[in-house]
Amino acid sequence: MARAALRRRLTWQAATVDAVVEETARARTIVLSVPDWPGHLAGQHLDVRLTAEDGYRAERSYSIASAPGEPVAITVERLDDGEVSPYLTQELRPGDVLGLRGPVGGYFVWEPADGGPLLLAAGGSGIVPLRAMLRHRQRSGATAQARLLYSSRSQAEVIYAAELGQLAADGVEVICTFTRRSPAGWTGYARRVDAALLAEVAWPAGQAPLAFACGPTSFVETVATGLAGLGYPAGRIRTERFGATGAR
Amino acid sequence: MDALDGNAIAGPLAEVFGTEMTTATGICISCGRSSQVAGFAVYLQGPGIVARCGGCAAVLMVLVEIRGMTCVDLRGLSSLG
Repeated sequence: MARAALRRRLTWQAATVDAVVEETARARTIVLSVPDWPGHLAGQHLDVRLTAEDGYRAERSYSIASAPGEPVAITVERLDDGEVSPYLTQELRPGDVLGLRGPVGGYFVWEPADGGPLLLAAGGSGIVPLRAMLRHRQRSGATAQARLLYSSRSQAEVIYAAELGQLAADGVEVICTFTRRSPAGWTGYARRVDAALLAEVAWPAGQAPLAFACGPTSFVETVATGLAGLGYPAGRIRTERFGATGAR
Repeated sequence: MDALDGNAIAGPLAEVFGTEMTTATGICISCGRSSQVAGFAVYLQGPGIVARCGGCAAVLMVLVEIRGMTCVDLRGLSSLG
């Protein structure tokens, strides 16, 4: 099904908002009803198009937050000077209709057959496609070991906090670092991800790990360079860069 | 100005080429570097889409939409597939 999805001709279609879930003060998950959805892979994205009354259009690409087989969902973080995200996070209501094109992308994708151990590194809202991978791993009963390194400004900005707690209870190693403000009594990492932190957290290269890094460009560059320095082959480090969203 | 990467233009490329392109490999005419499209440095801030080589920063690909038609210039690629 998924492979067929990659081959079919992409067109814009109308998607209806089924539900919105507030994740943090700045991020919300939007669950969509898409009549002709061919299925997606964990890590793929979709494009959203908004059309103003005067015909002006804006398009943005968002990672799919849900696992294959689940209803299509995206999680959007509001950028205060953004053109699209303030509308999606503050104005959009269930029943509203969006232009949608997808799923797209085949590079930043994980399937159970790809194995592990998995090192998933998220900067801010870069958690979204990695969450889809973790949900897929859970739902498919995949046995690959998984370790999540999640850099956020503060605890209040941790997206999917409750779900990550549950994943941690179910055997996913979740390692958080806070770059601006740590919770009271926090004994974990409280700094930006750097080569030294990666050396402590990453699976040894000898275990043939597979790494996915998603976040702001500078975060992704740091992780990719750091993992290469630890001996990860380039083909085992997959990267996806967001815009300068200030997520660090 | 931060560059994104080729993942960000998976949609426009799929529409133009009719297939998933981020896992396709392109070779830079300027420096000979071979890279998956996902690894191109992509700039969306201008009037069109510009993809540059991650090695030498030469322009590989330009996509511009004009009156509903997408014009694709692959001037910087010696191959793409």
